[in-house]
Amino acid sequence: MPESSTQLIVIGAGPGGYAAAFYAADRGMQVSLVDPEPNPGGVCLYRGCIPSKALLHIAKVLEEAHHAEAWGISFGAPAIDVDKVRAFKNKVVTQLTGGVGQVGRMRKINYIQGRAAFRDARTLDITRTDRDALDTLFFEHAIIATGSRPSTIPGLTIDSPRVMDSTGALDLPDVPKSLLVVGGGYIGLELGTVYAALGSKVTVVEMTNGLLPGADRDLVNVLAKRVNAICEAVLLETKVIGLKDVKNGVSVKFEGKLPEGMPAEKTFDRVLVSIGRRPNSAIPGLERTQVKVNQRGFIEVDPRRGTAEPTIFAIGDVVGEPMLAHKASHEARVAVDAILGERVAFEPQAIPAVVFTDPEIAWCGLTESEAATQKKEVTVTRFPWGASGRAITLDRTDGMTKLVLDPKTSRILGVGIVGPGAGELISEGVLAIEMGANATDLKMTIHPHPTLSETLMESAEMFFGEATHVYKPRRKQG
Amino acid sequence: MPTEFKLPELGENIAAGDVVRVLVSAGDTVTRDQPVLELETDKATIEVPSTVAGTVKDVRVKQGERVKVGQVVLTVDDGGAAQPAAAAPAPVEKQTDAQPTDKPKSQPAGAPEEGGLSQAEPGQAAKSAEPDSREAADARQQKPRGEVVDISRGARSAPALAPPQPAPEPEAEGPAAAAAPSVRRLARELGVDIRRVTGSGPDGRISPEDVQAYVKGVMTGGGLPGTAAPSQPLPDFAKWGEVERKPMSNIRRKTAEHLSNAWNTIPHVTQHDKADITALEALRKQYGPQAEKAGGKLTITAIALKVTERAIRRFPQFNSSVDTARNEIVFKKSIHIGIAVDTERGLLVPVIRDVDRKGIIDLSVEVTKASDKARAGKLSLEDMQGGGFTITNLGGIGGTAFTPIVNWPEVAILGISRGAQEPVWRASESEAGGGRFEPRLMLPLSLSYDHRVIDGADAARFLRWVAEAFEQPFVLNL
Repeated sequence: MPESSTQLIVIGAGPGGYAAAFYAADRGMQVSLVDPEPNPGGVCLYRGCIPSKALLHIAKVLEEAHHAEAWGISFGAPAIDVDKVRAFKNKVVTQLTGGVGQVGRMRKINYIQGRAAFRDARTLDITRTDRDALDTLFFEHAIIATGSRPSTIPGLTIDSPRVMDSTGALDLPDVPKSLLVVGGGYIGLELGTVYAALGSKVTVVEMTNGLLPGADRDLVNVLAKRVNAICEAVLLETKVIGLKDVKNGVSVKFEGKLPEGMPAEKTFDRVLVSIGRRPNSAIPGLERTQVKVNQRGFIEVDPRRGTAEPTIFAIGDVVGEPMLAHKASHEARVAVDAILGERVAFEPQAIPAVVFTDPEIAWCGLTESEAATQKKEVTVTRFPWGASGRAITLDRTDGMTKLVLDPKTSRILGVGIVGPGAGELISEGVLAIEMGANATDLKMTIHPHPTLSETLMESAEMFFGEATHVYKPRRKQG
Repeated sequence: MPTEFKLPELGENIAAGDVVRVLVSAGDTVTRDQPVLELETDKATIEVPSTVAGTVKDVRVKQGERVKVGQVVLTVDDGGAAQPAAAAPAPVEKQTDAQPTDKPKSQPAGAPEEGGLSQAEPGQAAKSAEPDSREAADARQQKPRGEVVDISRGARSAPALAPPQPAPEPEAEGPAAAAAPSVRRLARELGVDIRRVTGSGPDGRISPEDVQAYVKGVMTGGGLPGTAAPSQPLPDFAKWGEVERKPMSNIRRKTAEHLSNAWNTIPHVTQHDKADITALEALRKQYGPQAEKAGGKLTITAIALKVTERAIRRFPQFNSSVDTARNEIVFKKSIHIGIAVDTERGLLVPVIRDVDRKGIIDLSVEVTKASDKARAGKLSLEDMQGGGFTITNLGGIGGTAFTPIVNWPEVAILGISRGAQEPVWRASESEAGGGRFEPRLMLPLSLSYDHRVIDGADAARFLRWVAEAFEQPFVLNL
């Protein structure tokens, strides 16, 4: 059995793991990175953010081509070659993962394709998948970045190729005539949008009383209108209580607030189950270390991302919500800095969340509903995109930009945006919050015209009742 | 649940005090650090700050009463509404000044506009009712506070990485600090709870300079940020004639820093005395050749080393240090004495080790060697560390007295000026009323000491003992 040693081993090469490995190498450490895939990338690059965005881009082009009829441009009905669409998506994944693998090799990172098991707090047994071998690796520090996987509906899992999780849906086996999306969260809505654009009749079923639980309703309402328009049906406050593989489809039993005339049992060509993700904390041998896993399956970490075992750190989805790639890669740097002996902590003021639907929804910092739950006094300003020149030129005036502010200091506590490009616009809000900026800072920063980013500046102006393109008289003083 | 506030440790040797005035009464709201009691102790009248926050339930002491350390002074109710402290009007004027972040600022924005917006958006949070805003303030305080505690615990639980933090439990109130991520990182590196730093920017935004000023304030013992006077800009000296600017040498900078720190930290007093060294001078000349043979020079400094060492044995507090963080005095069992050496590069203080185990001849050799080494620039850092007391002899140059600065963390320094023939009155023993002036060689001695650990009477006794030992070297062995 070959034995070797490393200063740092990173387990899992997703956007948390490879960011940790690369940064540690840049800081002069000797680093190994272990993952079952041939290249770094993890769920995000192979089966998540990246392939879904490739498909969403295609959906957007289809939608805009359709929209163009309103402007006097007609392309006719699209001819969709699913194999080519799939090939484009696969090319995106191969190109990006290959590129990341390349920059890893340039950093002299020892990339091991395989699976790791803890022998103790300083030793890993690695089963290599690229060649049939079991290696022993001694390490000074380890960073666990094993990520998460799709949850399944308890008691309802059936073994049918027609019932897919997000991974299966991204494989794009075909364009089903009818698709049921179970779960109205961001994964379900993004993939539902893709299939709807490609021609599927999509039904969304959500247990709670609204789509995207956790996001502010005023933002979600804008998206919901669109989702309702492109979907066959959106079933809220409804549960799936039975799944059965039948000839030519999956028979689904519902329970809850069904619209009139809708039967409680219906057959769909395919079903996408997207009800959330579970942490991958069942790492073999983890019980031989002092690492603690909580009831929800997350590895417990301190603010430095250290576990209860001094040699082992953990980052990303496996340590807790929000399960987002950019949170993981930020934590990666904190963990590496901590291992290098620096006094650091994971203490972001804002973690942006983006839903890449059409329109996009993005928010960061304090949401209005959080403020209400915390009984925190805030001022909220909303700038309607109907007043944005750029939005009008795009013929997309359904968007909105909102700020959640401290009423006394006008400090920006939260930002929410709905509309095309919201995901790109939100970064300014994150920076404003991290810098402790107030409404004056934002309104005094010159924004380029005509762009959607002006809506951020104008929503700051609204705090003072003086937005250029919205007339809202100041309330009389006293 | 009511919380008891007990009279805390007030200082060295203070076990109790008489209540001069009670500054709060039942029903008042107190905040942390708010003075609640004026207490007269043996040393001084002091204001006793509260360590608890809440509504005063009952006050258990009254004017004129003697209160012991540990005795319950008052109880507060902090249940339910948690700590409305900051948001509530503070009964003592000083308090309101101490909490600027929670005072409604006369921001040009603020409430009126907020009301206007809320009106325009019915159903959205409009909160102006007093209780609500209080609760909001609570929520605002509590959440961040919890986070901070977590973070610092995390840092502390990592023995390999962070030294024990001298800072007390973070307890700063108010919303999360408005500071950029880089500034928060800087504060963490310096072990500063960012919430304790007062920001000088708009709406209290914290700059890197604010963090540095805070650290400086704490280091110089003031403990209060912002009390360190910012260095005033210099006038343009060139207006009045030619000037030349030279960079401060490393030694000069260190000396400046070290002495400012000592001067700011230590309450200095200087005691002056004179020793009759007429007899000693004869002995010094007599034994001089012996010392020279051994490679030394029998100077007053060498003899002073021996005298001081013997004095320290009788007065051990002169070889101690103050640990303010732990409210302890550190008594050193070994006697290492530094001697100030004037060199071309600046003031250097080599330390002579184990003075108590060496004879005067040996010491004279060591002093000569150390001075030569200092002047040659060959002292190592180690040669200058670990002193418990310092002797500085300016006698070679002149002067009748001076006030040396204690070489922190030591607590006393002996200054020696130039010995001179002086008329000393000698009363005649045989003839009543008779007597005459005698020329005696008198050595001026100046002892500066840290009044926190050394009382004036003890300093006078110490210096008298030293003077007598110079006069009658015989007493050295008594």
